[in-house]
Amino acid sequence: MIATPELAPLFDGVEPRKAATRNAYGEALLELGASNPDVVVLDADLSGSTKTKAFGKAHPERFFNMGVAEANMIGVAAGLASQGKVAFASSFAMFATGKAFEQIRQSVCVPELNVKICATHAGLTVGEDGKSHQMLEDVTIMRVIPGMQVIVPADAVEAHQAVLAAAEIPGPVYVRLSRASTPVVFSDDYRFEFGKAAMLRDGGDLAIVAMGVTVAAALEAADTLSTMGIEARVLNMSTISPMDSDAIESAARDCGAILTAEEHQENGGLGEAVAQAVVRTHPVPMEMCGMNGSFGQSGTGDELLAHYGLDAAGLVARAQQLLKRKQA
Amino acid sequence: MTLSQADRAAVEAAARQIRIDTVRMVHAAACGHPGGPIGMADFMATLFLRHMNLSPETLHRPDRDRFVLGNGHTCAGYYSILSQKGLIPRDELLTFRKLGSRLQGHPHRTPDMGIDFSTGSLGNSLSVSLGMALAAKSNGWDTRVYSASSDGESQEGQIWEAATAAAHYGASNLTVLVDFNNVQIDGHMRDVMDVRDLREKYEAFGWHALDVDGHDIDAIDAALVAAREETARPSALICHTLIGKGVSFMEDQPGWHGVAPGDEDARKALAELGIEGAELEAMMA
Repeated sequence: MIATPELAPLFDGVEPRKAATRNAYGEALLELGASNPDVVVLDADLSGSTKTKAFGKAHPERFFNMGVAEANMIGVAAGLASQGKVAFASSFAMFATGKAFEQIRQSVCVPELNVKICATHAGLTVGEDGKSHQMLEDVTIMRVIPGMQVIVPADAVEAHQAVLAAAEIPGPVYVRLSRASTPVVFSDDYRFEFGKAAMLRDGGDLAIVAMGVTVAAALEAADTLSTMGIEARVLNMSTISPMDSDAIESAARDCGAILTAEEHQENGGLGEAVAQAVVRTHPVPMEMCGMNGSFGQSGTGDELLAHYGLDAAGLVARAQQLLKRKQA
Repeated sequence: MTLSQADRAAVEAAARQIRIDTVRMVHAAACGHPGGPIGMADFMATLFLRHMNLSPETLHRPDRDRFVLGNGHTCAGYYSILSQKGLIPRDELLTFRKLGSRLQGHPHRTPDMGIDFSTGSLGNSLSVSLGMALAAKSNGWDTRVYSASSDGESQEGQIWEAATAAAHYGASNLTVLVDFNNVQIDGHMRDVMDVRDLREKYEAFGWHALDVDGHDIDAIDAALVAAREETARPSALICHTLIGKGVSFMEDQPGWHGVAPGDEDARKALAELGIEGAELEAMMA
């Protein structure tokens, strides 16, 4: 890992390890800057927060701060990509996807360009800034655009690899990243595979399919359920588009019930995407843990996850409800 | 500097052909936008014949000049000039807007035809053009990026985000030609949304900006030369045009922004553009 003054070490040595996926993004960009001369980076006046600033220091000729103008940033990224660049564009998820949806559709996805939108501060865990900054609809509006490939890393280890992979995957990619330090799920020898769900734990009573920060909660919930005699399979669905529907079908056949978990709206998000795969392959009872059609509010990230039932305790409670339906 | 008689005649002939092709394509499609491309014909012909180094020979050269049609709905004229440059087969023009055609209702990025970007949604073009210009500069290429825009597109806020950024980055290899015909779909600009003096606006944003008579080929050519010679700032050429110029019943008529001529109007328009006798009958057959 490349140490720079701008990027704090990913891990502080305290166990259990925690790290912010946005920091992993900053590290990965530095590696890409050194290894791939075609990589350019754009930001919209949030480079300190999105962690693109270190790339800008290292490669000022390949870094474009576009000011507070996200629509233009995406358009410029598309223009750069049309001339052979691999353009990473960053802002907070709310603005990168919300303000620039139309530009992402028209100027990036229609011409199928190598623009990699790496958006930070996604979801509830942005915390105290509240609902104006808690983007809970980004996965929905990105995954429905034809050709947009959507990755939601579970932790900093996976985020690092996903960003490196995004540079190699042809075409548009959206990577959803977090502000907060969140539990590190994977050891350093984990290998992210684009388009494949990773089975982190096997079990036959139900499957918990999670993305992003809820993967850690899903693993914790599976531990708790196990003490109650319930064995849960846990899938990390870090590539949400294209979805690994084979893994969903296997989970449905093997477990007979599926619970989804996401720090995002259930509408159009992971829950709905998994449901789509389930009804097309092997229909089984499902429950969804996510935002059920409401905006967030101020609070710490952990408080908010617990409040909206997205921590381990919330997942355990919903798993129990789901099992009653499965047995009915 | 004025053009030689032969050079001017060549541009005039290309502009006339844009007008004729536009009438025929939109008539054949029975939908589309005739007024804009007919009004833009003179500056599009001047740009593509005398300034852009786009041709079948340069098509796949990475450092060749680029063009983005911001007002993508005017693409009939764009397809016409590309066909005149040998990049689109002439007999493909009348597939415009039909199922399976490469000539989509709004341009789709098609490297083999020299269509450098997908457009159609107003406001997006200047940002994309700036990205191309920055890429060329970063590669050390002397590529020029030309962007067509319009008075109507200037109502989009993103244009002014891009204008701010282009000046900030000193994108002197970027030139926008703004078709200022004072007409948008819902009526005249003064009645719908007056954008006022675009030269002053671009100047205030830090651009090299010129007012140009968009039907004076010598003036357009001189302005494109001035844009090329500008070394610090991006250039905006505010091309004052008449929508439907050369087809009397379309001139300055908002109604001809997005309505296709039927048989009778197409015949009248082609006759005004100098098509007659057997040639006219063949076109209308």
